Amino acid sequence: MLRFIIRRLIVTVPMVLIVVSLTWGLIRLAPGNFYTSEKKLPPAVEKNLREKYGLDKPWYVQYAKMIGNVARLDFGNSLKYESESVNDILKRTLPVSATLGLLAYLLALIVGISAGTLAALKQNSRLDYASMALAMLGISLPNFVLGPILVLVFSLTLYWLPPARWGGFASWNLLLPAVTLSALYMAYIARLTRSGMLEVLRSDYIRTARAKGLKERDVVLRHAVRGGLLPVVSFTGPALAFLVTGTVVTERIFALPGLGNYFINANLNRDEPLIIGIVAFISIAILFFNLLVDIAYGFIDPRIRY
Amino acid sequence: MKDERTPTEEDRTKTLLNQTRPALTARGTIPAPPIRSREGDEIHTAPEMAVAEGDVRTAEEGAEVLSGTSLWKDAWRRLLKNRLAVFGLVVVCLITLASLVGPPIIKATTGYTYDYIPPDTKLIKSFPPFTAPDGQSFSWSHPMGTDSAGRDMLARVLLGGRISLMVGIIATFVSLLIGIAYGATAGYLGGKIDDAMMRVVDVLYAIPYMMIVIVLLAMFGGQSALGQLILLFIALGAVSWLTMARIVRGQVISLKNQEFVLAARATGVSTPKIIFRHLVPNTLGPVIVYATLTIPSVMLQESFLSFLGLGVQAPLASWGSLAAEGIQNIAIFPWQLIFPGVTMALTLFSLNFLGDGLRDALDPQMRKF
Repeated sequence: MLRFIIRRLIVTVPMVLIVVSLTWGLIRLAPGNFYTSEKKLPPAVEKNLREKYGLDKPWYVQYAKMIGNVARLDFGNSLKYESESVNDILKRTLPVSATLGLLAYLLALIVGISAGTLAALKQNSRLDYASMALAMLGISLPNFVLGPILVLVFSLTLYWLPPARWGGFASWNLLLPAVTLSALYMAYIARLTRSGMLEVLRSDYIRTARAKGLKERDVVLRHAVRGGLLPVVSFTGPALAFLVTGTVVTERIFALPGLGNYFINANLNRDEPLIIGIVAFISIAILFFNLLVDIAYGFIDPRIRY
Repeated sequence: MKDERTPTEEDRTKTLLNQTRPALTARGTIPAPPIRSREGDEIHTAPEMAVAEGDVRTAEEGAEVLSGTSLWKDAWRRLLKNRLAVFGLVVVCLITLASLVGPPIIKATTGYTYDYIPPDTKLIKSFPPFTAPDGQSFSWSHPMGTDSAGRDMLARVLLGGRISLMVGIIATFVSLLIGIAYGATAGYLGGKIDDAMMRVVDVLYAIPYMMIVIVLLAMFGGQSALGQLILLFIALGAVSWLTMARIVRGQVISLKNQEFVLAARATGVSTPKIIFRHLVPNTLGPVIVYATLTIPSVMLQESFLSFLGLGVQAPLASWGSLAAEGIQNIAIFPWQLIFPGVTMALTLFSLNFLGDGLRDALDPQMRKF
């Protein structure tokens, strides 16, 4: 087990390297540059700019410098927000996105797993149909449609919740974005839980558990859930990647000062250090969480051996 | 599985049909009473000749039951019994058909196309559904109203359907092909090969690929609408097979130690044949469920990108980009969000119902009940 973890941690390094290099390559291969605009710059100004940002050096020197920055986790200064370093921006925006993402994922887990389990236990009942129809609505409604609808209903009509903007970590401002972001995962998790539970509830070991006279509650909570939630556990990996996208969109709808919003702006501004910084940071975070998921998988499913 | 099963079933069907063949030939022609009486079949005695219809029915019934036991025919029949799945199938077919033949029909009847901007200089160009360009009187010319540039919404929604469905289907098909081949191979071979193959998937998984896609589209996009679309196909097609590979691998790992694989190996079946003939068909249930989850998820991803202004570019449109345009004016011109949004939601809803129906129809576990 320890060997497995260490091996995975070692593999992490080339992974981050690949991601960062790919991003850097894409930015550099694209036509134009960050100072390119509709107005043509005088050659002298352009020369000075290139010197200032080290663009006059050969590409491998620039590449090495970028890799060095990533290795030291110090991404230099943003090109757009010149008074701030990328690390400052990360420190400022990450808590916003992380809070939003975590809240949404917890909401999705709680609601999704309970709805999915109940639906599987009462298969073909009205409860089953209702929760699955709701889950499908959750999958089918893009969050940029759901978000504005929620705002229209709860903010602009009922005046219960603030419509947008950041109001601190424990404010009601987070509720609508969290619900908007979690709807899709809630639906996925409910569906996965239901199908996983249905499969497990029909297996022989559940029949054995029932046959030896266990209470239904023990059968479900101690035997069935463990196997039935495997699809949900393996969904956590992609969910994290999706969550990044979802956060970008949600932050844009609700004008939250999070990582995603800055990432889009960085792309539109061709703010290379900021793009590299955010991509590297998110990659490391996702790798770390994937490792956690794999470890958890080994604990839950005794058939898996490392 | 299908290929192995059908011959025996066909044989059985044939033998049964041969037994009842006299009843079939009885249709319209003179039956052969001696044979029947020799068989002792009471129904087929000579006086019943007049009720030849009954004979034919019994023969067809027998044939139907037998041919119906093939996995896919059985699944198809069960699918047709599921009303929600049939609803989904019908709606998906209708919307696909409408987006294919709709734009030419609109062009022929009202003359509007998705990119036709009326050449007047009026400030307000968004008209509600069924309103003539004067903004007041009733008219059939724009059943879904117009967008903020005065373009016909119906034509744009149908074009958006073309592009959204195309993106969803192409990317999902690609993900199916790559994911099944990759996942099944890795899962069956196991050991170091599996480890290496899954590390590759992990690397790709760990890439926050939507971020790379965003970088790709932001850096290289914006040249032309068509170029952007092709970029989108490449980007989404290349990244959506990973989950499929993992699912198939998991299924194959849990299947490969079962007796039927051992039996196949013992009788000398080659490894590729074991993977693709014995293991893959047994994973198709979960795979189809995942494929139906992949189509909407790809369509959603496309619409996210379009919402962020990085996906489909005007004058082309997808449901995502139309909804993104509509959100700007949701309080004043709600139909600009509602029509593309509802059409998209309805399509995804139907696809999901269809997928769920397929799951129930194909689930081998269900066959025991």
